[in-house]
Amino acid sequence: MAQHSSKGARFQAVTANRLKDGEVVYFKGNGWIENFAEAEIADGQEAAEALLTRASPDNMEAFILDPYLFEVSESDNGFTPVSVRENIRAKGPTVRTDLGKQAEAG
Amino acid sequence: MYRYDEFDHKIVTDRVNQFRGQVNRRISGALSEDAFKPLRLMNGVYLQLHAYMLRVAIPYGTVSSKQMRMLAHIARKYDRGYGHFTTRQNIQYNWPALDRIPDLLEELASVEMHAIQTSGNCIRNVTADQYAGAIADEIEDPRIISEIIRQWSTFHPEFSYLPRKFKIAVTGHENDRAAIKLHDIGIVIVKNDKGETGYEVHVGGGQGRSPFIAKKLTDFVPAKKLLAYLEAVMRVYNMLGRRDNSYKARIKILVHETGETEMRRLVEEEFAKIDASQMLSLPEAELDRISAYFAPPNYENLPAQSDAFEAAKEGNPEFSHWVKTNLVPHKTPGYGIVNISLKPIGGIPGDATDAQMDVIADLAERYALDEIRVTHEQNLVLPHVKLDEAKEVYDILCAHDLATPNIGLISDSIACPGLDYCNLANARSIPLAQEISTHFADLDKQYDIGELKIKISGCINACGHHHVGHIGILGVDKKGTEFYQISLGGSADEKASLGDITGQAFTEDKVVDAVDTIVETYLNLRQPEERFLDTYRRVGMDPFKEQLYAD
Repeated sequence: MAQHSSKGARFQAVTANRLKDGEVVYFKGNGWIENFAEAEIADGQEAAEALLTRASPDNMEAFILDPYLFEVSESDNGFTPVSVRENIRAKGPTVRTDLGKQAEAG
Repeated sequence: MYRYDEFDHKIVTDRVNQFRGQVNRRISGALSEDAFKPLRLMNGVYLQLHAYMLRVAIPYGTVSSKQMRMLAHIARKYDRGYGHFTTRQNIQYNWPALDRIPDLLEELASVEMHAIQTSGNCIRNVTADQYAGAIADEIEDPRIISEIIRQWSTFHPEFSYLPRKFKIAVTGHENDRAAIKLHDIGIVIVKNDKGETGYEVHVGGGQGRSPFIAKKLTDFVPAKKLLAYLEAVMRVYNMLGRRDNSYKARIKILVHETGETEMRRLVEEEFAKIDASQMLSLPEAELDRISAYFAPPNYENLPAQSDAFEAAKEGNPEFSHWVKTNLVPHKTPGYGIVNISLKPIGGIPGDATDAQMDVIADLAERYALDEIRVTHEQNLVLPHVKLDEAKEVYDILCAHDLATPNIGLISDSIACPGLDYCNLANARSIPLAQEISTHFADLDKQYDIGELKIKISGCINACGHHHVGHIGILGVDKKGTEFYQISLGGSADEKASLGDITGQAFTEDKVVDAVDTIVETYLNLRQPEERFLDTYRRVGMDPFKEQLYAD
C-alpha cells in the first residue's frame, strides 16, 4: 500500500472502507463513523500506532476493510487531510460534487 | 448479433448463484476478506476510493438496444444514475453496494451479460474494431473470430491462473481502430496470395510501466488453426512468463527478454504439437454457425446519395459540422456510421447517464438495426443508420447532449477515472480532460487544429493510454501533490508509436498552458495537410521542448 503519511507526520487519523458498501469510514472511540470532521486525531507517532491498533479488527466481525493511518494537518477550521487522495476520499469525486459525502453534507 | 446457447446461459447463471453464496458468506462473517477478495475480483468487483466498482464485459464492444436498456436500468436501480464506458469497450459502475451486486448480476444475466473475466490474471474481454461489419474494405467482420476467441477463452482451465492479465484485440481492416499493437495479442485479419482469409498475429504489446509495441510473430495463420496458434502463444507465456514481479509478468516482458526470434521459435514449436494433435482445429460447420450470427443485417436497397441528407446539410451548418466529424461512410449505399460523442465540452469522458443510455437504446432500435458499439476511445457508435434519417437521429442526440461534433479532435480525449475514483491512481485525470476541452471549445479552432488525440492516465498503469496519445499526459504523485508528465508523438493505429516525454513534469495549473503551447508550436510549424502527428514526426521534440521550457 502507498504511504499515506510523511515520516515526521504529527497528526494522523485512521480510515478504512466499510465491507457492505465500500463507504469511506474513520475511526473514533470504539467504532467507525462516516464523517471525517468527527474522526479521532492522534498526536504523535506513538498515539497514532495505538489508534491503529485499536482500530484494526482482530476478527472478521468488524466488517471494515484495511484500516490505515493517514496524515492530517491542523488549520483554523480544524483538521484537514494532507494528501489530495485523502481529501477526495473525505469528500467525493471532485468532478461530481453532487455525489459522495460532499453531497450529503451540502 | 451472437445469442447465448444453453451452455452460455448455464455458466453465467451458475456463476451468479455461486457469487451470491460467496457474498452472503462474506457478509455473515463466514468468509474472511483474504478469502473473498479474489472471488469478488473474478466477478469484476473492485474496491475503489469511495465505493465498490463493477466492471461489466461488453464482448467486442457490441450491445443490442435491449442490453443498453438494461445497462441504463442498472445505473438507475443499483448505482447513481450513470455508467462509465472504458478503453476496453466495457462499462463500469462506480457505486454499487456489495450486498446488492448479486441481484444486479442476475438482472444482467437476463440480457446475456456478465462481469466474468473482467478482472484477474486471465484472458479478458476481447475487443474489436467498432466499425466491424459496417465499414467498407473490411476483409472479414472481426466479431466472428472475437466471438470464437471469447468462447475458447471463457473459463479456459489451463489459462485461469496466468502470470498476469491478458488482453486480445482484433481488427479486420487495414486502418486499426482497436489499438491491436498495444495488446498482449493483436490480430489483423488478412488475405494471402491465394485469396484465403487468415490471421496475422502480433504478440507482446502493452502500456503500463514498460510500454512496448507488439512484435508480429506470424504473417498468416489459416482460420481453422487460429485457436491452436493462440493456445501455443498462451502456453509459452503461461510456462515462461515471470511470476516473481507483477510489473514484469505481462507477456510483453517475456517477448522483450526472450527476443522476438526465440519467442517465435517457441510458439512455432508448441503450435506444431497442438496442430498435429488436431485438438483445436476449428470445424468448418462451427465457423459457419458463428459467422451466421454476424451476417449483414437486412439493409434496404437505397441510392448512394440521399436527397434529404444533402438538403439537411445545406440548410443546417451545425448538422453539416457533425456529419463531417461524427458520420463515417458505410459500406452499404445510403447508410452511414454514426459516432456518438461521450465528450461534451467540459464533460467527463466516457460517462453516460441512465437517461442517455435509454435514448441511445431507442435510437438503435428505431434507426440503427438494433445495434450499438462501444469504442476504445470511450464513445458510442450506431453502426447502421440510413442517411435519409441521419438528421432525425442528430436532432434526438442534440436534445440529449450527445451530438458534440468532435470525434478525433482535441476535445475528444481519453481519460481514465483517475484519482477522483480509482484506488491505484496518483493524480486526477478527468479534470484535465475537462479543462483542455473547455479551453479548446471553439469549434473553428478545433477544426483548424485537426486530428489530435489527447490521452490522459492518472498513474503509470496507463488505463488512459497516455503512451499512445499524440499528446499523452501522465499524472504522478509528489508527496501527496499532483504533477503531470507530458509526452508527444504516440499513436495507437496501424503505425503505432510510443510517445516521447517532453521533460520535467507540470503542476496541474500549468497543464492547459503547456498543451496550448504545444498546439501553437504545431500550428506554426505545420506544412499544408500535415496533422499534429505528421509534424511531430517530421520536426521531432526539440522545437516543442524549446517553447515548453523557454523560461
